[in-house]
Amino acid sequence: MDIKDLYRDVILDHNRRPRNFGALEPADVSVEGFNPLCGDRLTLRLRMADGRIADIRFDGQGCAISTASASLMTEAVKGLTRPQALELFDRVHRLLTDDEAGPEDLGKLAALSGVREFPARVKCASLCWHTLASALHSPAAGDLPAVSTE
Amino acid sequence: MSGVPARDPRPCFDVQTVRREFPILQRMVHGKPLAYLDNGASAQRPNAVIDAVDDYERRHHANIHRGVHTLSQEATALYEGARDSLVRFINARSRHELVLVRGTTEAINLVAQSFARPLLKAGDEVLITHLEHHANIVPWQMVCEQTGAKLRVVPMDANGEVQVESAEALFSPRTRLFACAHVSNALGTVLPVRRLVAAAKARGIVTLVDGAQAVAHAAVDVQDLGCDFYAFSGHKLFAPTGIGVLYGREALLERMPPWQGGGDMILTVSFQKTTYNALPYKFEAGTPNISGAVGLGAAVEFLRGLDLQAAHAHEHALLGYATRILGGLDCLRIIGTASAKASLVSFVVAGVHPHDLGTILDQDGIAIRTGHHCAMPVMEFFKVPATARASFAFYNTFEEIDRLAAAVARARSLLT
Repeated sequence: MDIKDLYRDVILDHNRRPRNFGALEPADVSVEGFNPLCGDRLTLRLRMADGRIADIRFDGQGCAISTASASLMTEAVKGLTRPQALELFDRVHRLLTDDEAGPEDLGKLAALSGVREFPARVKCASLCWHTLASALHSPAAGDLPAVSTE
Repeated sequence: MSGVPARDPRPCFDVQTVRREFPILQRMVHGKPLAYLDNGASAQRPNAVIDAVDDYERRHHANIHRGVHTLSQEATALYEGARDSLVRFINARSRHELVLVRGTTEAINLVAQSFARPLLKAGDEVLITHLEHHANIVPWQMVCEQTGAKLRVVPMDANGEVQVESAEALFSPRTRLFACAHVSNALGTVLPVRRLVAAAKARGIVTLVDGAQAVAHAAVDVQDLGCDFYAFSGHKLFAPTGIGVLYGREALLERMPPWQGGGDMILTVSFQKTTYNALPYKFEAGTPNISGAVGLGAAVEFLRGLDLQAAHAHEHALLGYATRILGGLDCLRIIGTASAKASLVSFVVAGVHPHDLGTILDQDGIAIRTGHHCAMPVMEFFKVPATARASFAFYNTFEEIDRLAAAVARARSLLT
């Protein structure tokens, strides 16, 4: 296990220069994610149009893994429909936690696959994704109570 | 003077001999020798503790205070012998004043619920300080909610110090209890506990000192400190987890109702009336952590066998060295710069989040703590979400601090 498995170049780049970082005004949905174990905070703001994520930005403070994961996520889900984004959430969640899950077709998100070798850091990588899922399950994002998974 | 700061030349303490007593320190982590710098979270155990617990489990275990058979008598003697060692260790007046609990957290909750709750009326005040561990905040918040009392907080300054005058300014005729750390776990600040206690006592205010971070770093004499209650945990004192001590002045403990009901804390039980056992058993309901107590007793006997003055001087030299060498790194900021500190250094590195630092250091075999250290108000005060903390014991070495500093520099060049 090499530290560079975790801190791959894509991760380091997105930590140094996070994409879609900052406020989004106006936004349809704003959700805060908080990891009480480490104190990481993240605010995710989404603008929806025609059932798709038209724009998404994040801000907050977190470690390199958490920042890079959020940056990569915003790039990956922009333009996706709600179901597509939730499906991607499931795939990334499996990538982070399931040793059998492969990174096929995940593009740059495959860089997150090193995180599962560091169990204490999985929560860092998944915070933004759980925040996204929670944002997409809000009525303002077009969720209907009948199809809620909660 | 430039370059690497000089190490303290005093050869007063043979750290390599002491290290051999702690088998875990021989371990490799990720192919590197373990540098265990997380003693503030939990310290490691010497052979004396491991062997005492092992011997207890293999030869003497039975329930205590009950059976007339041999094993029960041996287990009772070992458990009560540990209490006697602890009485000597903190210079309590008698074994009546030494209650064995699960740890500092349980000790503080016991005082909050059994001493403070019956005493507090709406409008009364409980006073703590800004640098407390959550375990010395939340139990008081709970009892304040239960009674309508108010929780007030003595401020700290930019160095992370709490001045006696700041506490005195907040003492009021309604202050019933003052609780403070002996040593801050997040900053290392040693509080002027004797003077704080004296100031509180002069106004008739009962005092509790959270000694969790202090007992491993300095000789503690509860009579000299003058506090009414003193709490600490075994596992920060080279003993097992799940065992700790509440010291209380006998006159106060005597007045307090039991906290939990059950076996061992009673003399007689009928459905009409129960009479409680004498001190300290009144506060030790149920079968306790016997092997943990045996381990804690062995730990303080092990410490008695060391030249503690020399051990503490070595720790102090480690603190001075770490402060100089880490403080000399670019972009590293030490959080907590009190004039009196125990041997820990809390810090942040520009561009490197503490959690990334913790993971990268771990790959080099270096164990430090990263996070908010269960002291979120302290983090809030210094406007940081978390810090990295290297906390030393007398078995740590100057070389380990060199490795820490080199790894911090490597982490910074990787991430920025």
